[in-house]
Amino acid sequence: MTEGIVFELNGERVEASHGETIWQVAQRLGTEIPHLCYSPAPDYRADGNCRACMVEIEGERVLAASCMRKPAVGMKVHTETERAEKARRMVMELLVADQPARATSHDPSSKFWGWAEKTGVTESRFPAAERWPSDVSHTAMSVNLDACIQCGLCVRACREVQVNDVIGMAWRGAGSKIIFDFDDPMGQSSCVACGECVQACPTGALMPATFLDTHQTRTVWADRAVDSLCPYCGVGCQVTYNVKDERIVYAEGRDGPANHNRLCVKGRFGFDYIHHPHRLTKPLVRLPNVPKDARDQVDPANPWTHFREASWEEALDLAASGLRRIRDEKGRKALAGFGSAKGSNEEAYLFQKLVRTGFGSNNVDHCTRLCHASSVAALMEGVNSGAVTAPFSAALDAEVIIVIGANPTINHPVAATFMKNAAKQGAKLVIMDPRQQALSRHAWRHLAFKPGSDVAMLNAMLHTIISEGLTDEQYIAGYTEGYERLKESIQAFPPEKMAAVCGIPAETLKEVARAYARSRAAIIFWGMGISQHVHGTDNARCLIALAMVTGQIGRPGTGLHPLRGQNNVQGASDAGLIPMVYPDYQSVEKAEVRAIFEELWGQSLDPKKGLTVVEIMHAIHAGEIAGMYIEGENPAMSDPDLNHARGALAKLDHLVVQDLFLTETAFHADVVLPASAFAEKVGTFTNTDRRVQMARQVVPPPGEAKQDWWIIQEIARRMGCDWRYGGPADIFAEMALIMPSFRNITWERLEREGAVTYPVDGPDQPGNEIIFARGFPTETGRAKIVPAGIVAPDEVPDDAYPMVLSTGRVLEHWHTGSMTRRAGVLDDLEPEAVALMSPRDLGRLGLAPGGLVRLETRRGAVALKVRSDRDVPENMVFLPFCYAEAAANLLTNPALDPVGKIPEFKFCAVRAQAAG
Amino acid sequence: MILPDRQGHDVQSFEHPGAGRKRARSTPKGRQVEPRALDEIVALLGERPRRRDLLIEHLHLIQDRYHQISAAHLAALAEEMKLSFAEVFETATFYAHFDVVKEGEPSIPPLTVRVCDSLTCEMHGSQALHDSLDRLVGPSVRVVRAPCLGLCDHAPAAEVGHHFVHEATPQTVLAAIATGDTHPQMTAYVDYDAYRAGGGYRLLESLRGGERESETILAALDDSGLRGLGGAGFPAGRKWRAVRGEPGPRLMVVNADEGEPGTFKDRHYLNTDPHRFLEGTLIGAHVVEASEVYIYLRDEYPLAREILTREIARLPPGGPVIHLRRGAGAYICGEESALLESIEGKRGLPRHKPPFPFQVGLFGQPTLINNVETLYWVRDIVEKGGGWWNSQGRNGRTGLRSYSVSGRVRQPGVKLAPAGVTIRELIEEFCGGMEEGHRFHAYLPGGASGGILPASMDDIPLDFGTLEKHGCFIGSAAVIVLSDRDDMRAAALNLMRFFEDESCGQCTPCRVGTQKAVMLMQRPVWDQELLGELSQAMRDASICGLGQAASNPLSCVMRYFPEEFMPRDAAE
Repeated sequence: MTEGIVFELNGERVEASHGETIWQVAQRLGTEIPHLCYSPAPDYRADGNCRACMVEIEGERVLAASCMRKPAVGMKVHTETERAEKARRMVMELLVADQPARATSHDPSSKFWGWAEKTGVTESRFPAAERWPSDVSHTAMSVNLDACIQCGLCVRACREVQVNDVIGMAWRGAGSKIIFDFDDPMGQSSCVACGECVQACPTGALMPATFLDTHQTRTVWADRAVDSLCPYCGVGCQVTYNVKDERIVYAEGRDGPANHNRLCVKGRFGFDYIHHPHRLTKPLVRLPNVPKDARDQVDPANPWTHFREASWEEALDLAASGLRRIRDEKGRKALAGFGSAKGSNEEAYLFQKLVRTGFGSNNVDHCTRLCHASSVAALMEGVNSGAVTAPFSAALDAEVIIVIGANPTINHPVAATFMKNAAKQGAKLVIMDPRQQALSRHAWRHLAFKPGSDVAMLNAMLHTIISEGLTDEQYIAGYTEGYERLKESIQAFPPEKMAAVCGIPAETLKEVARAYARSRAAIIFWGMGISQHVHGTDNARCLIALAMVTGQIGRPGTGLHPLRGQNNVQGASDAGLIPMVYPDYQSVEKAEVRAIFEELWGQSLDPKKGLTVVEIMHAIHAGEIAGMYIEGENPAMSDPDLNHARGALAKLDHLVVQDLFLTETAFHADVVLPASAFAEKVGTFTNTDRRVQMARQVVPPPGEAKQDWWIIQEIARRMGCDWRYGGPADIFAEMALIMPSFRNITWERLEREGAVTYPVDGPDQPGNEIIFARGFPTETGRAKIVPAGIVAPDEVPDDAYPMVLSTGRVLEHWHTGSMTRRAGVLDDLEPEAVALMSPRDLGRLGLAPGGLVRLETRRGAVALKVRSDRDVPENMVFLPFCYAEAAANLLTNPALDPVGKIPEFKFCAVRAQAAG
Repeated sequence: MILPDRQGHDVQSFEHPGAGRKRARSTPKGRQVEPRALDEIVALLGERPRRRDLLIEHLHLIQDRYHQISAAHLAALAEEMKLSFAEVFETATFYAHFDVVKEGEPSIPPLTVRVCDSLTCEMHGSQALHDSLDRLVGPSVRVVRAPCLGLCDHAPAAEVGHHFVHEATPQTVLAAIATGDTHPQMTAYVDYDAYRAGGGYRLLESLRGGERESETILAALDDSGLRGLGGAGFPAGRKWRAVRGEPGPRLMVVNADEGEPGTFKDRHYLNTDPHRFLEGTLIGAHVVEASEVYIYLRDEYPLAREILTREIARLPPGGPVIHLRRGAGAYICGEESALLESIEGKRGLPRHKPPFPFQVGLFGQPTLINNVETLYWVRDIVEKGGGWWNSQGRNGRTGLRSYSVSGRVRQPGVKLAPAGVTIRELIEEFCGGMEEGHRFHAYLPGGASGGILPASMDDIPLDFGTLEKHGCFIGSAAVIVLSDRDDMRAAALNLMRFFEDESCGQCTPCRVGTQKAVMLMQRPVWDQELLGELSQAMRDASICGLGQAASNPLSCVMRYFPEEFMPRDAAE
């Protein structure tokens, strides 16, 4: 600290680094100054309002707030003078006066009471003022402003950290009050229940509802806490789970590299599904006289209509013998397996190894096929790497941020907070999506283009960049190939012509293109609005081309980031749960690659790539596949055209399902194996940023439920594999042998560091967050630019089906809802199936908000409530796919992108009518 | 159950894992913007920019048009301005002049009567006036208490709509209501032509034309020793130089938020000779090279607003852009950094210093902030020379002061007097002595926050730096004279109530301290020890001058008027 600021603290010469406050220096040197409104948590601005941290500075008329004040050279600061201590004690006494009695207070162990005790002020001589009544309108959080000290930490939490902008401080003086929206009850406000305010509140004024009894007194304290991860989306938030009596009672954000203590409603309040009574605790075997039918249903609370309990030994024998019989009688290709992006890297690796060795084919796939297969296809083609080039936090270094075909506040809420932080810092946020969304308010431009016209819009931007000379010629020459072809083909897409196709004025297209190309650093994020189209690969090719022709890649604040949807979809893909490739995307059809795996796994392997998710369903109908092992996936909800998919599942001779619950897929199972939930297992998970993180076991699995890796190994042994893994660490070690991405990452390192981003250059070096600074891992070292032409959606609206159906998620529910709909808070917040439509369309169809709508496509029909949502454009129905009672995928079109083999979930023709 | 198949596909009823405890919302979370309200707001805002810093201006548009701000309009405004609901609500509710009305709450009557309850008006019976009016006005009129209207020389004052009633009685107020007299009465003032005819703007033009160097202006200011007349007393020349020394772009802000109870000098100058002030402003902008000037005018001065709007429009082109911004009923916005926040469209919370506004001011830019009167004197000082200003003064002090004198004197008003006059001199020489039947007992030398002194301490020169050792300060030179018929404890309580009402609420010592002080001071017996400790903590630990000075009157009354406590305390 040669450039430190030398000053005097309590008579001692000390040094502060630049930007360090007096409070921080004192803390670092062992003096903790009282503080209430200041939180040392990451990303919290000091506000200096509580005045509990006042110190005396020689020569100054008044005391200074040490949390705000930065020392100057030669300054003489005293933390312990009588004057400073008196002021600090008076502050506490003023605040204590208005607090509820400690013994029955909302949180007697709050930070506030801690400081009251430490400063010796737990009583007050002042009369108490009138305060506000409790607000228990929210299902997850209780608001008791009688304990509020107006420190505004919750406002900073909501407005500056998470940027959800629900909480404010209204009125003034002693009437200053924390409010939600317009002083609305929290439960009726626009609160998205991220719980950041609860985590920030130092007084207990904001608390998890489950901690409090009916008198709003805290009764719940955890026995222990375990550091792990969130089980939901690809953001990879680090979480501390608080456990009481072997049940999780509260989740707190940890300072992980991806989340900086932040969580969303799912991560913070969605943990209790693991304790749901529907949990499978014993293996189940199908009753002999129960036929299979595509339309069949089983009550998860009473599976005895279809199943009986079995011992593990019997169930495993039955499961494996059924598969073995088909393999031996119908051939290796008559079996297929779906692994899971929700499981660990180790589980994914074991599962694909089981299919490739025990089953003997490459018929292994998972839900990546349904989310980013086309993105990965385009990325592999272009840069020979399917992962992101930069973490989402790179948004903070960008001048222009494009978010296309993604709704991150819903699907990647914590990643979205960093985008909002960036926009607040002045970055230009560009949203491109037919629907409006929460980010739109923060956006510089929102391009609400016509659904399915992505290529037209993006090509118009490329046209502008190329025709106006905004390309980075040096970058193109140095690091790309195929530019000339693009330059030629792009001539057909002038903005003036594309405006009519995509519905965005030519000037706007040009303006955004120029901003992207000219900015110092620009980054592109995309989601399934890009990938889930028959032209999904083309969409992604355009995005790659944008980055390549402008050189907006490989530097801080630049890059390409497909936002991954599931907690381990990156890791599961890396681990080889893909029919064309072994771990780390090594082609099964390349003999030299295959030889390596044959040697490692000790047997010969199928030289042909396997079938993908939707192709497997077709193959079942065609009689080519007769047996399946489905681990943690729910194709009976997640596949397109469910009548067809469920028909396939019901047609199987033998279906083994391994899951937490009796899912819609398990309805058709012959054997159901009770597995362990995220919080019940140890393993590594790779987030959307390529961050490999360690998850730790929080609680034991219920009943006889078993670890997934153990179950897979038991099946494998019964299929003839000689496996002897002792646990996830052994499996990880084997993966590290053949996965270049895991180079320099060891189990021990992950246990120690918690998270390591690959690629890593050395065992003691941090991972490379931003890659492709100097070329690409292709054969030529150059990225391949591939032009895209316009392909119409497979099924366009017509007179019979005049509207567009698009599917996706809601904030509270994740994937097919099997977990989140069993989480109390999430179920309370989004309890019923609901379709989102524009108020105008509701008016046109004679539908009242909340009324019942019948949606029908060429493939199926559902009836459900409709929500009037101004974010939805006219003539569109947005239907979340998490609702079993109105499964969106009964309606969706299974038409596939020819390269990525991903179905067109984002577009099909639908008819909407008022229903009974 | 299978529903009848009408369209080719049936709808299968299907089990789901949800608990079924709740029902789905028919709209997205939170309030929905009503299309009609949105149409009305879009029409009302017209072509005006939707920038955040215009939030308070836009709230005024709604309040003026609808006499209130309904939740529906507020939600629509939020959407139109791309702001969150919480942001617009917290700003709207911070300011006393915005009436936010939520669903189910009664509408605000179309006419509002504000009865000033500041110390001088209270001494002149404003409480009784308020109570009578409240009984008499009927349902279409609302009577509310208002902090100082700046009419202390005409106490008690009331405002009917924007019509000010001097020496108000229930009868005169009711008459104004009855005749629908709700607009400010225009008074005679020196307009653009008259000001020019008197040699006005020649100084500015000589600067702009390059005949005169900015340095000469700065030198004149330095020579004169002119200090900030808003109350802080910072040397004007030094401030201008400091701003000039910061990297551009720079901005200028005029603090016309004259809210210190008892102060009405700025109103006087704005309403009588606006161009002398405007020329000073434009000279300041020229010297610091500010391309934009924001004049933040308190909402209680609608006449000044009208005059300035008119006269700014008459200024010849070529100068900086002048934004006339309207306060909304918040004393704290007279504090310069709270004022900046308010111009930015936010709640008026004072900022922490450092950094100071000359470094990081409006919109983060280096900003010159001056009070109206400070700028008013610039032309005269430059034209007549710094020595002219310097040669004034009395009792060893230099310069001129515009004392706003009110209370128990025969001739209250703005008294331009030599800096450093004593209270005795001020009363006798400038105010015609005490009011009939009143004996001089005590005085406030600097408005609500400047403390209270007994008549026995009548020989202190009233100027910057002379009063501090007595626990007082001159501030904006608002002198309120109390007599033997006034209750000192009641006066201190009136002032503390004012601070309680006007505290921004940001910091604990002020927010809770003013409230607890009022509670303790309402008791028949004051806990002087506790009040003393509280006063000290407020002084030491509050963020801004409001909280630091709020306890001055309280401390003074306990210190200088011990007799106020003894008899009554003993009796009770």
